[in-house]
Amino acid sequence: MTDVAIVGLGLHPFGRSPSLSGLEQGAIAARAAIADAGTEFKAMEFAFGGSQDAGNADSLVNLLGLTGLQFTNIWNGCATGGSSLNAAYSAIKSGQYDMGLVVGFDKHARGAFNPQPKDWGLDDWYGETGLMLTTQYFAMKIKRYMHDHGISRDTLVRVAEKAFRNGSITPTAWRQTALTTEDIEQAPMVSEPLNKYMFCSPAEGGCALVLCRADIAQKYTPTPVLLRSAVVRSRHYGSFEVFSPSQAPAVAPSPTVTASRAAFEFAGIGPGDIDVAQLQDTEVGAEIMHLAENGFCEHGEQEHWLQEGATEINGKLPVNTDGGCLANGEPVGASGLRQVYEICHQLRGTAGARQVPNTPKVGYTHVYGAPGISGVNILTT
Amino acid sequence: MQTQEPLHPGLFSWPDSAPELLGSRCSDCGEHAFPSQSSCRACGSERTEIVGLGNSGTLWTWTIQSFMPKAPYFTDETPESFRPYGVGYVELACGLKVESRLHENSADALQIGLPMSLEIVPVRQDDKGAQLMTFQFRSAEAL
Repeated sequence: MTDVAIVGLGLHPFGRSPSLSGLEQGAIAARAAIADAGTEFKAMEFAFGGSQDAGNADSLVNLLGLTGLQFTNIWNGCATGGSSLNAAYSAIKSGQYDMGLVVGFDKHARGAFNPQPKDWGLDDWYGETGLMLTTQYFAMKIKRYMHDHGISRDTLVRVAEKAFRNGSITPTAWRQTALTTEDIEQAPMVSEPLNKYMFCSPAEGGCALVLCRADIAQKYTPTPVLLRSAVVRSRHYGSFEVFSPSQAPAVAPSPTVTASRAAFEFAGIGPGDIDVAQLQDTEVGAEIMHLAENGFCEHGEQEHWLQEGATEINGKLPVNTDGGCLANGEPVGASGLRQVYEICHQLRGTAGARQVPNTPKVGYTHVYGAPGISGVNILTT
Repeated sequence: MQTQEPLHPGLFSWPDSAPELLGSRCSDCGEHAFPSQSSCRACGSERTEIVGLGNSGTLWTWTIQSFMPKAPYFTDETPESFRPYGVGYVELACGLKVESRLHENSADALQIGLPMSLEIVPVRQDDKGAQLMTFQFRSAEAL
C-alpha cells in the first residue's frame, strides 16, 4: 500500500478578521496550500472539510471552482480537523484517490462557547443552571489532577509563559506579546485554578493541507512530510468528560490515551522517538495532562519536566512551538489542522525563529475536545 | 405562599421532607447514572430502574464560576446581581459522581474531600409566578 504525504500547507492566520467570513478564510488557506504544492484546485480529486460555526465547508467550491470533485463535510467537534485528515488518509491509502485537500475554518463569537444542551443529548436544566461550560470542566479536571499528582500552580504558570513566548516569535500567531510570570500570576481568575491567561479564546481562521500518494510527492515539493498515522477515538465509560451530569465511580483512561496508543502502534513509533509535538492546550492544565496521557511522561513527572524546560523549543520534547491554542486561539474547525501545519514546517526546517534545533524528523499532533473525542497524527520526514 | 416546582422533573424527590437525588441503576450490570437513563451507558442494557441516590457525599473536585454565563444560562439574575457560584462533582455513597452547583462560592470554603449535603434551592420564577427549584450541595461542615 502507498504511503500518504502532505505536500501543501496553507494558513489564514488565526485571530480576528472582521472583514472576512469564515468561509473566505478557509478559501485563502486552501489557495495557499494548493499554491504551496505548485498545483491547482482542479487537480484535487477529493476534499474533506469542516467548520463548527461558519457554515458548510463544501460551499468553498463556490469560491475555489465548481470542478465536480468529491467534497465531504466533516463535523466532529474539536476533532473535526483530525477526522478530515483521517478520512483523507484512508482515501489515499485505500488507492481510491491520488491527491486531495483537507480544509478547516471557523469564525466564533467573542467569549466562551455557549453550547445548547439539546445538541448534546442533555435537558435544558443543565444549561439553565449554569453547568454547561467547557471552562468549568477543564478547571475541575486539572484541580483534581493537581491534587492526585502533585502539580503546582507554578507549573500552570510556566505553560502559559511558554505559550506566549513562542507566540511572540511566530509571525502568524494571534497573541504575539510575551508575558512575564507576574502578568500571568496576577491575571483575573476565570474558573479556579485557571485565570485569564491560562485559557485560549474562541477565534477565527482557516487552515488547509494538500495530501497525495507518497510515491508522487516529489512532483509537488522537495520536502514532503509523511502522515504515518491518523487516528480518532471517542470516550469510554468512566473517562472524565465535558458535559457530564454524572461520572462513573471508576475513572477510565481518556480517549486521548486510546487514540495515542493506536497511533503509535499503527506508525510503529514510540513516544521516545518524537522530536516535536503539538498537544491540545485549550487551557494550561490540558497541556500538562496531555503530556502524560499521550505517553510522553508519567503522571506527576510534568512538575519536573517543566522546571527543567523540557517542553521549550530547545528542550527534550518541544511542545506547541507556535504557541498552541493559547497563543493562536481556537477556531474549532481549523485548530487541529494548524497543529499539523506547524509540525510540517518544523519537519521541513522552515519554522523560522521557532525552529526546533537539530532537524527534527518525527512529529506528533493531538487534539482533545467535546464531547470526549481525541485525534492523534504522527508525521515523519 | 408562592408555589414551588422542580425546574425539571425526576432529578430529585419532590415534594419531600428529606429530598434526595434520583437516578437510574442498571438491572444487568448494576451501574448508576444521573439523571436517570432508560438504557445503560456502561453496557447498553435497556433494563434500568429509578433509584434514590441519597442526599450526601464528598467533594471530588470543584471550581468557581466567576463570570455570568451566556444563554442557555437562565436565572432571575442580572449582570449587576450575578454572584459567582461554586461547581463541583460530589461522590455519592454508590460511587457515582454528580455534577452540581455548590452553595459555597469562594476558594477558601472548598477543598477536595469535604463532606457535602444536598439542598433544594430556587433558580427563577416562571411566567405563572411559581418558583422553579433545582438541587445543589453545600458543605456539611465549615472549613
